[in-house]
Amino acid sequence: MEYILIIIGAIFVNNIVLAQFLGICPFLGVSGKVKTAIGMGGAVLFVMTLATIVTWLIYTYILASLGIEYMRTIAFILVIASLVQMVEIILKKISPSLYQALGVFLPLITTNCAILGVAILVIDKDFNLAYSVVYAVGTSLGFLLALVIFAGLREHIDKLPIPKAMKGIPAALVMAGILALAFMGFSGLV
Amino acid sequence: MAKKESTFLNMTLTLFVITAVAAVALGYVYNITKDPIQKAKDEKLKAAINIVVPGADKGEIVTDIVEVEGKEVYLYTITVDNEILGTAVNTFSINGFGGLIRVMVGFDVNGVIIDSDVLEHKETPGLGDKSSKSVSSWNEQFKGMDISIMKDQQLKVTKDGGEVDAITAATITSRAYCGAIQTAWTVFMANKPSVEELAEGTPEEVIETENVETLEEDVDAEINVEPNDGGNE
Amino acid sequence: MSNLKNFTKGFFKENPVFILLLGLCPTLGVTTSAINGLAMGLATTFVLIGSNVVISLIKSLIPDKVRIPAFIVVIASFVTIIDLVMAAYVPALYESLGLFIPLIVVNCIVLGRAEAFASKNTVFSSFIDGLGMGLGFAFALTLLGSVREILGSLSIFGFKFIQADGILVFVLAPGAFFGLAYLIVLMKKISK
Repeated sequence: MEYILIIIGAIFVNNIVLAQFLGICPFLGVSGKVKTAIGMGGAVLFVMTLATIVTWLIYTYILASLGIEYMRTIAFILVIASLVQMVEIILKKISPSLYQALGVFLPLITTNCAILGVAILVIDKDFNLAYSVVYAVGTSLGFLLALVIFAGLREHIDKLPIPKAMKGIPAALVMAGILALAFMGFSGLV
Repeated sequence: MAKKESTFLNMTLTLFVITAVAAVALGYVYNITKDPIQKAKDEKLKAAINIVVPGADKGEIVTDIVEVEGKEVYLYTITVDNEILGTAVNTFSINGFGGLIRVMVGFDVNGVIIDSDVLEHKETPGLGDKSSKSVSSWNEQFKGMDISIMKDQQLKVTKDGGEVDAITAATITSRAYCGAIQTAWTVFMANKPSVEELAEGTPEEVIETENVETLEEDVDAEINVEPNDGGNE
Repeated sequence: MSNLKNFTKGFFKENPVFILLLGLCPTLGVTTSAINGLAMGLATTFVLIGSNVVISLIKSLIPDKVRIPAFIVVIASFVTIIDLVMAAYVPALYESLGLFIPLIVVNCIVLGRAEAFASKNTVFSSFIDGLGMGLGFAFALTLLGSVREILGSLSIFGFKFIQADGILVFVLAPGAFFGLAYLIVLMKKISK
């Protein structure tokens, strides 16, 4: 039961993008294509979950035992960078079309603050491995949700007359703000 | 750009050297900052305790930890000249609007509240965050409250038949705050320290306080039953 | 480019936040008040200067294929240093900034400048570049933080000027998005 609460909390109440402000760059950067958004969200889901597991294990069994917790930033980011490289190679082999569609965004997953953010969060919140995995999955689903909704919205907005100064990122930010406002309504769910 | 050849040896060596240098540098900085960091943590705790049991900074503190539903409640008993000044309890409630909220409450030897304040929370700014002294004087009303003489010995908001004035439009936060203090009181009463025990230096056993679970359920039930009156954040 | 131009470009023409649209996560996440924005900006500036200088110093020693991981280790080291130093000497600020301090390591500005500038320029220019971009970033964050603090809490740098509640939405998530959106529009016009 608690697992379900964690997932609902992670997706809606504390949505990683709209409430915690992590993962903004890919969020704003991903084009108005829902398909690409799904692909990106899927890649993040995979990397985030795997990264959380690996970093949790490294922190708990290596860094903490050696008393060198302060090395976690270096260790974590290296793990994430390596995982992203792996994903790139695998994706190239299994689905070259998706690999093309994601383009430059794939290596950018390394600098997606959401991934490093979640890795650090589960340590700071003292989650055990099971909770951490559930939290990572939930958070990336929340990311996927926000991304897909946003891509869908952008597909429509691009066709509307917007003042020239607001076109592009400013309009996107205002939309994100309204979306964030809407998601605030989920508080009280858990 | 880089003039070095990207042979396997070069690559591994470079990365290894850079990481090694980084590790040494960081180890050095870590050692310098270790003590100040611990000191900052201790200062923070002392300051929090001093708010709820004024004068604690002049006394001796004995710490006990009690586990409640998988989370820790900390009891800090302060003695000055062999007299118990009070006990500060670091308690929690998971029913805050934004999740976990931690409250520090000070009890005198009879369990009467000396003072209290929020330690950490994720409540809404402008609403739930009024539970903090730094935002409003809402939690002053808890001073002097004695749960043992309240109806059913339960600290509740007026909406639930109690004596506490909830924060306007932040009933959930207010209930959580009460719940946290209730938990603290229950743990305190079950583990009331006495000067003799402290003098002997016997650490208290860790006691699982079971009746706290029922309290949490009550709060839950009330939140579900209350009609949504829009004022709730 | 002259040293002066190198330094000032980070403020308006090439402001990392308003023009280059980089480093948006901390921009939105910590600007609930002016002081938080300023502190974050200065912490990032420290990392930028440190990593730019070191990377520029060792650029010819790094094989091309591992340059990104190498840069990352350097950057992460400086981030860890500022993290430890802040925890030790400014604990209250450290807690307000929370998660975003270690996240400086994935701030696209830092890696971006390392890759685009420090790896190709002299140590001194890299230092100026890091300083200018960092302070430009700090400028952007402090600006957004001030706007949100003034409108949302009716205070500036903690000093409350009207004893009342402000427009709450500005210190909450949506306000960050709205505030940034309009500041971008404003700054684009100014830097023309």
